[in-house]
Amino acid sequence: MQKIAIPIFPGSNCDRDIYHVLTNLYNIKTDFIWHKKEKIKNYDAIIIPGGFSFGDRLRAGIIAAHSPIIKEVKRLGKDGVPILGICNGFQILVESELLPGSLIKNKSLNFTCKWTDLKVRNTHTPFTSKFKMNELFKIPIANGEGRYILNQDQLKEIKKKDQIVFSYHNDDPNGSLDAIAGVSNDAKNIVGMMPHPERTCQRELKLFGLSNSAMKIFDSLIAYIKKISS
Amino acid sequence: MEILSHSELQYLKKKLKHEPNFLEKEIVGAQWSEHCSYKSSKKYIQLLSSDAERIIKGPGYDAGIIDVGNGDVITIHIESHNHPSAVEPYGGAATGVGGIIRDIISMGTMPIAILNALRFGHITSPFASKEIKISRRENNELYSHSKWLLKNVVRGIADYGNCIGIPTVGGEVEFDESFTNYCLVDVAAIGFGKKKNLIKNIIQENDIIILAGSSTGRDGIHGASFASKDLAKEDRSAVQIPDPFMEKLLIEVTKEAIEADILKAVKDLGGGGLSCCLSETSANLNKGFDIDLDKVPVKYRDMEPQEIMISESQERMLYITNEWNFKSFAKILNKYEVPFAIIGRVKNHKNLVIYKNGKTIAKMPSHLIAYAPLLNRNSKKPKYIDNLSVKKIFLKLPYNLNKTLLNMLANPTIALKHWIFQQFDHEIGLRTIVRPGITDCAVIKLANDKFLAATLDGNSKLCYQDPYEGTLSCLSEARANIISSGGNPIGIVDHLQFGNPENPEIFWSFQKCIKAMIDFSSFNKIPIVGGKVSFYNETKIGPIKPSPVIGMLGLIESMKCISKIRPSPGDTLYIVGITGNEMGGSEYFQYLNGVIGGIVPKLDLQIDSINSEIILKINREHLISCSHDCSKGGLSITLTEMAIDSTCGINIDLDKVPHSCERIDFLLFSETPSRFIIGTENEEKLEKAFSRYKNLKYSKIGKVMDDGDNITFASKNKKIINLEMEIAKKYYENLTSIMEN
Repeated sequence: MQKIAIPIFPGSNCDRDIYHVLTNLYNIKTDFIWHKKEKIKNYDAIIIPGGFSFGDRLRAGIIAAHSPIIKEVKRLGKDGVPILGICNGFQILVESELLPGSLIKNKSLNFTCKWTDLKVRNTHTPFTSKFKMNELFKIPIANGEGRYILNQDQLKEIKKKDQIVFSYHNDDPNGSLDAIAGVSNDAKNIVGMMPHPERTCQRELKLFGLSNSAMKIFDSLIAYIKKISS
Repeated sequence: MEILSHSELQYLKKKLKHEPNFLEKEIVGAQWSEHCSYKSSKKYIQLLSSDAERIIKGPGYDAGIIDVGNGDVITIHIESHNHPSAVEPYGGAATGVGGIIRDIISMGTMPIAILNALRFGHITSPFASKEIKISRRENNELYSHSKWLLKNVVRGIADYGNCIGIPTVGGEVEFDESFTNYCLVDVAAIGFGKKKNLIKNIIQENDIIILAGSSTGRDGIHGASFASKDLAKEDRSAVQIPDPFMEKLLIEVTKEAIEADILKAVKDLGGGGLSCCLSETSANLNKGFDIDLDKVPVKYRDMEPQEIMISESQERMLYITNEWNFKSFAKILNKYEVPFAIIGRVKNHKNLVIYKNGKTIAKMPSHLIAYAPLLNRNSKKPKYIDNLSVKKIFLKLPYNLNKTLLNMLANPTIALKHWIFQQFDHEIGLRTIVRPGITDCAVIKLANDKFLAATLDGNSKLCYQDPYEGTLSCLSEARANIISSGGNPIGIVDHLQFGNPENPEIFWSFQKCIKAMIDFSSFNKIPIVGGKVSFYNETKIGPIKPSPVIGMLGLIESMKCISKIRPSPGDTLYIVGITGNEMGGSEYFQYLNGVIGGIVPKLDLQIDSINSEIILKINREHLISCSHDCSKGGLSITLTEMAIDSTCGINIDLDKVPHSCERIDFLLFSETPSRFIIGTENEEKLEKAFSRYKNLKYSKIGKVMDDGDNITFASKNKKIINLEMEIAKKYYENLTSIMEN
């Protein structure tokens, strides 16, 4: 029986949305893990949800990156457990140095919530195997500090190692370098992304010309953990 | 500053049977302010009916509660934060959101959506600049000030709502010169929960009174009294400081405690601070409180008792529980690291008693504090109203109607509000079905196959010229929005905003507004579940235009009943209702031509109700592909918005529109209520359905194009308007261009 952990911090606010997706749509046993927990085991994957952990004080994600649970996330990440950080989860993974680069205030200086188009740049991660290379899909973003940056050498490096997982297509809502929307670590088991795949789960979206195709991120993950544990 | 009037002080003395001390006067002064006591308006609000099967609690509590079946309830409340936002827009707007959210959690429900109605002075020159008498430079300063207010109000709401993770799903924005140097910031919140989890509000002697959340500081001292007089000088210390992170923790704490069923009573601290919270709670629950002021966590050690009692520091909640459950509750508070203190005990004596250093420093019956003596305000019909309706209006027929329509689209009140709502997270919570955009009505998911339509509508221009008809128009527009989304109206909330009630002419407008609410609500049997009144909205240049904001909720019982918002290529377009000649209060008159005057459209309650019922019915029969109400800007604006949103051209024959207009520009821009534009794929079936209703006025007026994207309106076989989609779009995005410049 597969099990997924959702670490939560004071101020996390997309935790219940992801819980709903995993438990009600995929029938996966899912546990919320309070940030003070020092030891966790037997989880097949970890999803760090979006929100405003610690009220985004100092800088988005930085305080959460120093909490006890992140030590565990680092340990499990080293063991190859798939870890996905969404929005604030991505910011936490970057601040924890599990992922390269930095996320700074959007170029517009405004919080931006809208649907946009993403392009899949790497299908060899536990979260993207169900996509085709360069596949386009619709997904909403909602962030104020989602502008992904790194220096030219680092950019060269992550390109060489194929660490860019998603990029915005015909749009760059945050002003990210190379329109980057999501990256992975070198080993490809840890992925962070600013857009919110869990928000594409409603069947009603089709009524208004939106689609559920970002759910392939969860399809990929579930297929991956089922294969690993079988 | 005298916070109590001479007669109020006499009344207080007589009831207390002794001279109130300084602290007692301050406590009573906060509670008897107009803001907290409704002393001018209460007699009238009590006339509003909340009688309906679904209503569990009507106006008078923190939020109205509506039963939506299967053991589920929704709560709804609306509040404004006008004075604070006019002085410090970021903090004022943000704390407005905070207050309303705490009202929702106080009932035992969790907030699931926020809506807002915002009103500002002009952010750009209206076209009728000839009527403006002051210099261009002065005007530009006023526009930049309004832009500054808009920018920071939006950021305040965004930073707060986004951080606490509640989606801001809809609302409306209006610009009018009566809001120059001022703004109206109304926020409504919707909560959802289980009927069995509603807070019982039954307490017993020796129950524990806990104050949790932020420490009490000097921010917001005299905030309620500040909001109860004209905005003559900017008093920034009366504005509170927002901390959405603490609010989020309080939401989580309350949720866990409600699920564990360990709370007896919950109340948020808002206007009037501890004074109002403690006196209202003890009076409502019919018990007394012994409060030890030394226990209240304060930001500064040297705070005076009256400062502690009336401070409006934000993100504070009052919880009452018993000895037995206190331990579990403290555990939850500690988990979230929320500071708290036991500040007192429930007593049977029915007084509010305040102790400091072991001594009694104030003691008064809670009922006496909580219920201010009500006032009888004089009222008189304003002279200007008659003058405006008979005013002779000379208006040249526009030479180029293309240009006229484009200028109307660029009107910030009408233009696309992307710049605003994209700053709000409107997706979080997985409930948002109809997102903010061209419709004025949000649809959110409640349970598996149950949805809620919600809208806020106001129109200060109409309400200024005729408060009664104007309010009716807002109510009609709100219902038309609900109906157009597929919702069945189940409740109304109102926020009535006016200038100084001591002015009989302003009080007359307020009374007319109440009359309209009663008439609409009783005719249509839609209950009023909550409301708020805000007076003293005045600046040096005078009072605001009367600005009732109407919120309406509708229930949609199945996914199949949710209307689509966009027409498809090839759809046939119909109009329901007759377009009238009355242009008074229209955007076309006021914004585009600078004309204040003329006759405002009158609402025929019977026709309004019949048209709405029919639209809802044929919608449920799946005979229409989309439906929109016709309001600000008239039918030409509604149709152009539909074309822009669907990126399909449209072809309209104006000669087919049933009307009584004497001019073609009036026909295009008349704001007659009770009209709908609908699209259908199946003309035959729709017309057959229409024919069942003898008195229904409708007409086929045009088509959505299969190819080509021009927006055309023709009359007498001549295209009088022919716009390219790209150009129309550019003008329609004017608000974004203004704000990004």
